[in-house]
Amino acid sequence: MNLTLKIWRQPDAVSAGAMHTYQLADVSPDMSFLEMLDVLNEQLNEQGEDPIAFDSDCREGICGMCGLMINGDAHGPEVTTTCQLHMRSFSDGETITIEPWRSDAFPVVKDLVVDRGAFDRIIQAGGYVSVNTGSAPEAHSVPVPKDDADRAFNVATCIGCGACVAACPNGSASLFMGAKVTHLGLLPQGQPERDERVVNMVAQHDHEGFGGCTNIGACTAACPKEIPLDVISQLNKDLRTAIKHGH
Amino acid sequence: MKGARASRTTIALKLGMAVSGFIFLGFVLAHMYGNLKAFAGHDAFNEYAHHLRELGEPMLPHEGALWILRLGLIASLVVHVYCAVVLWRRAARARTTKYVMKKDTGATRASLMMRWGGVTILVFLVWHLLNFTIGKVNPQGGATNDPYDLMVDTFDLWWMTLIYIVAMLALGAHLHHGIWSAAQTLGWTGTAAKRQRAKVFGFVIALIVSVGFSLVPLAVLAGIITK
Repeated sequence: MNLTLKIWRQPDAVSAGAMHTYQLADVSPDMSFLEMLDVLNEQLNEQGEDPIAFDSDCREGICGMCGLMINGDAHGPEVTTTCQLHMRSFSDGETITIEPWRSDAFPVVKDLVVDRGAFDRIIQAGGYVSVNTGSAPEAHSVPVPKDDADRAFNVATCIGCGACVAACPNGSASLFMGAKVTHLGLLPQGQPERDERVVNMVAQHDHEGFGGCTNIGACTAACPKEIPLDVISQLNKDLRTAIKHGH
Repeated sequence: MKGARASRTTIALKLGMAVSGFIFLGFVLAHMYGNLKAFAGHDAFNEYAHHLRELGEPMLPHEGALWILRLGLIASLVVHVYCAVVLWRRAARARTTKYVMKKDTGATRASLMMRWGGVTILVFLVWHLLNFTIGKVNPQGGATNDPYDLMVDTFDLWWMTLIYIVAMLALGAHLHHGIWSAAQTLGWTGTAAKRQRAKVFGFVIALIVSVGFSLVPLAVLAGIITK
């Protein structure tokens, strides 16, 4: 496959960036998207150019590090992470536009790399369960209904990649928050901190500069883990309940 | 966050929009019912309009009930517009660098039109009040205090009917997304089945409202409703 790549280049956080066009020949359809960028970077190295900076870690679709806006879709045209996207999803001669996540809460560090520290701070604000350290308690001492356990597990698959924010026309992180609030709110261990959790997480979210949710649904369409939109309903319900409880 | 208040969050603003939006929905349905009285003829239509002003008398003063409703609607409008403006500005600040290429995969057209659609409805509302309530501006036939005659005179003009039809399309699109979105904001759509029901409900109500309101202007233009 021969490709024309339009890629955002930005030397550092403070400098202005721009789109640059590259030609890449002989791309195998079996390559992953990141392997394709690796090949491009080898080519750039040989030419003495600065290689394109992009994030990746596990390359197995489970860590959430990689994330690129590919032809206007977060993580590209398939429901998966960028690292698990393969070049067979594209056609020979195609022009591919590659941009970093665009959110003022995720500042660009370099080229396609963004700082998603805002997500860490939202989790620090309430996305946890406080427990005393010591020997682990007997797991069966706190029964959890099967349906709740399954649903909690399904939404706990969120890898915090930020695709929901990148895809959202409002730049909202509601799907991310909703996944965590639903996950912990379904479990008995999550109950004592339930009200504080939702209030503190949403307040931190707003403080970071993310937008408000208008229930468009672009987030769930972009989510590589297919987190459903109902987690945002749960998030809203938990916040409404917290208001009722005087928080 | 230290001292975080639930009522100061973006979700609280969304709750304000959802509740005020449902108040509007109740009003719009009642308004549509009143409009359809036009098919019952001159006297039935005007009697309905007259009764609205006498509602609750003698317990309430003349137009008392009407003003209670109006104040509720004005308060809802202030809340709805205020929250929308704050959230719109937040969304604009959340992404100051735009994408070169962006698809809104998974989004309905109605969901992307909420803000400008809302502005369209607001502009229409100003004209509509001048037309039928505050100014009673009759685009043909001179000033009149007869609600039925004013209605027929207005919709006899094809371009007036067109303005109203466009406004009703905007309202329909707004309700199509707005109703389900409000249900989601209130936390009523916690499962895929409930979400689907809310979306269908939103679409059906939007269709009923936009078609129901459009029937009267179209019937006047077609000569079915006449003076």
